[in-house]
Amino acid sequence: MPEQPGRSAIEVRGVRKVFGSGESQVAALDTVSVSIRENEFFTLLGPSGCGKTTLLRLIAGFDFPSAGEILLHGQDIAPLPPFKRPVNTVFQNYALFPHMTVAENIGFGLEMLGKPKAEVKARVAEMLKLVKMEALSNRRTSQISGGQQQRVALARALAPQPKVLLLDEPLSALDFKLRKEMQIELKRLQHETGITFIFVTHDQEEALTMSDRIAVMSAGKILQVGTPWDIYDKPAERFVADFIGETNFLTAAISGMGNGKARATLKSGATIDATVAEGFQPKDNATVVVRPEHAKLTSGKGDLSGTVENIVYFGTDTHIHVRLDSSESFTVRQQNTRSAGCGFERGDKVGISIGNDAAQVLRD
Amino acid sequence: MASAEQVAEEAERREIRDRWLLSAPALIIIFLAASGPLLIVVIYSFLTPGPYGDVVWKFSTDGWLSVLMQRDIFDDTLAFADAHLSIFWRSISLSFYTTVLTLFFGFPTAYFIATRPPKTREVWVFLVTIPFWTNLLIRTFAMQQVIRNEGLVNTALMALGIIKQPLQIMNTDAAILFGMIYIYLPLMVLPIYASMEKLDFRLVEAGYDLYAGRWQVLRRIIFPLIKPGVIAGSILVFIPSLGAYVIPRVLGGGKNMMLGNLIELQFGAGRNWPLGAAISITLMVLVMIALLFYVRNASGSQGAHG
Repeated sequence: MPEQPGRSAIEVRGVRKVFGSGESQVAALDTVSVSIRENEFFTLLGPSGCGKTTLLRLIAGFDFPSAGEILLHGQDIAPLPPFKRPVNTVFQNYALFPHMTVAENIGFGLEMLGKPKAEVKARVAEMLKLVKMEALSNRRTSQISGGQQQRVALARALAPQPKVLLLDEPLSALDFKLRKEMQIELKRLQHETGITFIFVTHDQEEALTMSDRIAVMSAGKILQVGTPWDIYDKPAERFVADFIGETNFLTAAISGMGNGKARATLKSGATIDATVAEGFQPKDNATVVVRPEHAKLTSGKGDLSGTVENIVYFGTDTHIHVRLDSSESFTVRQQNTRSAGCGFERGDKVGISIGNDAAQVLRD
Repeated sequence: MASAEQVAEEAERREIRDRWLLSAPALIIIFLAASGPLLIVVIYSFLTPGPYGDVVWKFSTDGWLSVLMQRDIFDDTLAFADAHLSIFWRSISLSFYTTVLTLFFGFPTAYFIATRPPKTREVWVFLVTIPFWTNLLIRTFAMQQVIRNEGLVNTALMALGIIKQPLQIMNTDAAILFGMIYIYLPLMVLPIYASMEKLDFRLVEAGYDLYAGRWQVLRRIIFPLIKPGVIAGSILVFIPSLGAYVIPRVLGGGKNMMLGNLIELQFGAGRNWPLGAAISITLMVLVMIALLFYVRNASGSQGAHG
């Protein structure tokens, strides 16, 4: 996908963050650089401890980088305290002020900015309407439900009209149904306010459905930045492919590289077309990934052959686990229909055909 | 066969009976040790002083009258007793200053401890409680050694050439104030620390995030949330300060009396038990007023901790 030109809202340049000192030193962020565009819904995705929250806290100003720069619209904000940055945060557990009402919470930021009372009042009313909390404006924050607290936290962070809104796993405390609702709500709010959102999550599905672009992080590094489509279909590294969705890993020899494409010769002898990850260095045994839904199971001969090991029914689809003749394992996802079963049984000898545009060669 | 209802009723009756039985020892002690003596003090305050101390069983309001007033020896006219008034004033003002200053020093101390890592916190709390291991009298005499004319402070200041004559701190109100701050500081630090430890520091971050500077975060977020601790600490310092006896006696000398010393004087050398009793009750009323203030404020801030 071509890079779209656009002004960057946040530019992180070579940022390191080291905690502790001497022997017990830990680099939470290891020289991270990323550019986040204006009006973008940008997600930092990774398992816990990957450094995503650390990066968010550096942008918010709660911690200061050990090295590197953080630019907000071109201005270095790394040395500024949090209360001097036009950036607001929605905290993981909301961190609403328990001694204030809903309206007081929402108005707090504006009040601290020294806005006139009338303006604060008008803006609070506007925010209450935006998050549909008008009826509860005089409640204490302890008297409202988790979902409502979430809305108040959003309204409180949006009220001062920040240039960038940071969201630290804001949906993780909500139950499944509420989380789905809030995902849609967040997208709506981002669209209506036109504010750049930086969203931190460990939930890959949440990241895929909500984001304009995703940065996948692991062990203090950003491994890949791209659209959800890029990240899912063209993972650059094994970690990215493995962390997002289910994937089959195959070993192959690569030949005929050019224009981001190559021919991959699998262990079965079959040769398939594949896209190649950026930064791929030619080597003997490269890893090729194929998503389970991009492969087809046949009773005849395919690109691969093997024996059905297990069949798992998932409602919308069925996962068929195959042990390949090369002893690698491979999963095929097959859409279900109402009338017929999946058509295969355990122990069946099967072939697997891989589509024309189904394989991606990883760089590691 | 007893019905389920009867069984439940019986169980409830037994529970109520057990509750009374269990609380009986405490109730008896409270009545005998607190209410009984208090009643005697109230009765004594309305009697006539005996010639060698004790009381004569004759009703009189002179004891109460003498708390604040005195009768002229020659023409029997009533006037305010300046000596008593100044003692009241000293007690209340010194207690007030002690409370304010222990708060001033105690708040940052508690904040410091609460922001340490959990393991180090225990060490700091332990250090704060160490003075409690030593007798109050010994701690007060230790303070005397620090501030007397040949004491630590004066010797050091003179050795450094900052002063030529020793500063007269002993036997002044300042000496009492020093002593009370030193003795009562832990009573301020501990309840504030207890509140501060429960404080969710993410709220502080949220405050900074929403453009509140350091002072505004302290005033608008930290202080309201730890108010119960501040009030509890203030009460714990103010009440014993008001009735302080040993500290003014040792550090204030004979002249700078507080209420506790005045009461002792009336029951001892003064041989005016009804007056002593009346002052005691007055002191108790002052303490109750302070407690009332506490109860009102503490209940008002319940929601803040919910």
